[in-house]
Amino acid sequence: MIALAEPVSQTALWMFLAFVAATLVITYFSARKSAGASAYFAAGRRITGWQNGLAVAGDYMSAASFLGIAGMIAFNGYDGFMYSVGFLVAYLTVLFIVAEPLRNAGKYTMADVLAYRLKARPVRAAASLSTLTVSIFYMIAQMVGAGTLVRQLIPGVSYEVAVIGVGVLMVVYVVFGGMLATTWVQIIKAILLMTGSIFLSILVLNKFDFDLGKFFTSLTAISSTGANGEAVTRNFLTPGLLFTNPWDQISLGMALVFGTAGLPHILIRFYTVPDAKTARSSVVWAMIIIGLFYIMTTFFGFGAASLLGPDYIKAHGGTNMAAPELAHALGGEMFFAFISAVAFATILAVVAGLTISASTSFAHDFFTNVIHHGQEHRPGEEVRVARITAFVVGAAAIGIAIILGPTVNVAFLVGLAFAVAASANLPVIIFSIFWKRFTTSGAVAGLLVGLVSSIVLILVSPDFMKEAWFPLKNPAIVSIPLGFLGAFLGTFLTREPSAEKLFAELKVRANTGLGAEKASPH
Amino acid sequence: MADWEAMEADPDFIALLKAKAAFVVPATAFFVVYYFALPIGVGWFPGLMEARVWGDVNLAYAFALSQFFMAWILAFIYVGVAAGWDQRAAAVIAKFQGREGK
Repeated sequence: MIALAEPVSQTALWMFLAFVAATLVITYFSARKSAGASAYFAAGRRITGWQNGLAVAGDYMSAASFLGIAGMIAFNGYDGFMYSVGFLVAYLTVLFIVAEPLRNAGKYTMADVLAYRLKARPVRAAASLSTLTVSIFYMIAQMVGAGTLVRQLIPGVSYEVAVIGVGVLMVVYVVFGGMLATTWVQIIKAILLMTGSIFLSILVLNKFDFDLGKFFTSLTAISSTGANGEAVTRNFLTPGLLFTNPWDQISLGMALVFGTAGLPHILIRFYTVPDAKTARSSVVWAMIIIGLFYIMTTFFGFGAASLLGPDYIKAHGGTNMAAPELAHALGGEMFFAFISAVAFATILAVVAGLTISASTSFAHDFFTNVIHHGQEHRPGEEVRVARITAFVVGAAAIGIAIILGPTVNVAFLVGLAFAVAASANLPVIIFSIFWKRFTTSGAVAGLLVGLVSSIVLILVSPDFMKEAWFPLKNPAIVSIPLGFLGAFLGTFLTREPSAEKLFAELKVRANTGLGAEKASPH
Repeated sequence: MADWEAMEADPDFIALLKAKAAFVVPATAFFVVYYFALPIGVGWFPGLMEARVWGDVNLAYAFALSQFFMAWILAFIYVGVAAGWDQRAAAVIAKFQGREGK
C-alpha cells in the first residue's frame, strides 16, 4: 500500500479551466465557419478519416468507461473487463453493416436512411422519439456522473454548480460551434484521455519492473474486507466475482455489440466525412484507439486493485475514484490533477456529442420533416431550430440531473440507452437497407416496440424492483428480438409498393455512393 | 437522375453485391460466435476458463484479450477487401454515366 497526503490542491481546477479555455477558443473559430446547414450539422463533411476516428473515440469513451470500468475492475476484477471487450467488438457491427450505407444514403440523421423510401412523417417522428430518448437518458447519466465527480475532485464546488457548469458548456459548444466545435472538443479529449491512460499504465507497470508475469501474479491474491467485516482474499482474474447469472452477461453483451451501431450520436459522426470510404477508415481509426484504451483498463483497473486495494479506494471516494486515486498514489498531485481534468474533459465531449445528436434529430427529423413536411419555411430555419433545441435540451438535462440528485443509479440509464439503440434503432436500420419488402408500418412498429419493451423491462428489472418481474439487469436479450419481431410483423401485415419501387435506388446508392451528399467546398 | 432499376439489374452490380455478402455474412457470423463464446465460456464452463495458459494468466483473460486482436484483424481485412469493392462500384457508375452521355 502507498501512503499519500489527503488534501487535494487546486491544480485540478486550473487544468480543467485550461481545457475549457482551449475548447472555447475552438468554439469561437468554429462558429465563424458554421454558417449553413451542412456546416452546422455535419462540419461541412470535411473531417478526415483519422480526425473522425479520434472524434468517434472521444464521443464514445465516456466517464462510465474511464472511471466506471476502472472502478468495476478494481473492486471485482475480471467481470469489469468484460465490458471493455464488448465496447470494442461492437465496432465490427458498425463497420460491416451500418457506417457506409448510412453515409451513402443519408444526410444528417439516422432517420434519413429509414425515411428514404418510406413515408417520411411517421418514420421520422418515431425515429426522432427514439433518438431523443437514447440521447437524453445517456446525457443525464453523464451529467449526474459529472456532478458527483467534480464534487469529489474539487472541494468547494457543489453537485448543482458542477451540473450547471457542464450543462452550460455543452450548450455553448453546440449552439455556437455546431458539429465542427463538437468534433474538435472530442478529438482533444480523445488525445488527452489516451495520454493520461498511457502514462497511468506505464506508472503501474513500473511498479512491477515492467514484468507482466509479476503484474498478473499480483492479481491472484487481492485482499479486501468482506460485507461482514471479514478479510477476504480473491483471485481477481477469476470470472464471476461480479456477475453471478451468466444470462446477465449474454444480455449485456448483446446490448453493447448491437447497440453501438444504433447510437445516434455515434452514427451522425459518419456524416462529417467526405465519403463512405473515409467513413470506413474512420471506424478503423476509432477501433485502434478504442481498443488500445480498453486494453489499458487492464493496467489501471487491475493495477488499482493490486497497488491500492479495494478497501483503500472505498475509503477514498469509492468505485468511481479508482483511476484518479491510482494516479494520485503513483504520480502525485500534478498527475492526479491531470487525470481529474481528463475525466472532466471526457464528460464534456460526450455530452456535447449527445446534445448535437438530439438537437439535429429534433430540428431535421421532427421540425422540418414532420411539422413542415420537409420544407424550410425560411432559409436557415433548421439550424436555428437546432440551436434553440440544444438550449432546451441542455436546460432540461441540467434540471433533471439536479432533481434526480447525486445518488441516482446512473448505470441503468446507460444500459437503457444501449438497449434502446439495439432494440429500436438497429432492427429498422438493417431492414430498411437490406429488405425490399420493408414498410412504413414495419419501421414504426419496430421502433416503438423496441423502445417501449426496453423501457418496460428495465422498469421491472432488479435495478428498479426488489421483487423483480424480469430477472436480468439488461433487457437486450428479449427486447432486441422483440424489436425485430415488431418490424417484421408491421411489414408482414401491410404492403407498400412505393417503398418497394424505391428499393433499387436505395440499394444502388447505399452500395456505390452514387448521388451521396458531397463535402462542401472551401 | 440515374436509371436505378437498370443499375440494380446490371450484372456487374449484382456481382459486387454478391462479393460483399460473401465477405460480410461469414465475417459477421464469425465475430458474433467468437464474441459470445466468451460470456458463454465464462458463465457455463468456469473450470475450463480458469485454466492457466501463461504464468498466472488464465484462459478467461487470454480469451478476452484475444477478442481485441480478433476485432482489429477482421477490421484490417475488411478494409483491404473493401478497397476492391470501391473500384468495382466506381466501374459500375462509370459504365452508366458513359451510357447517359451518349
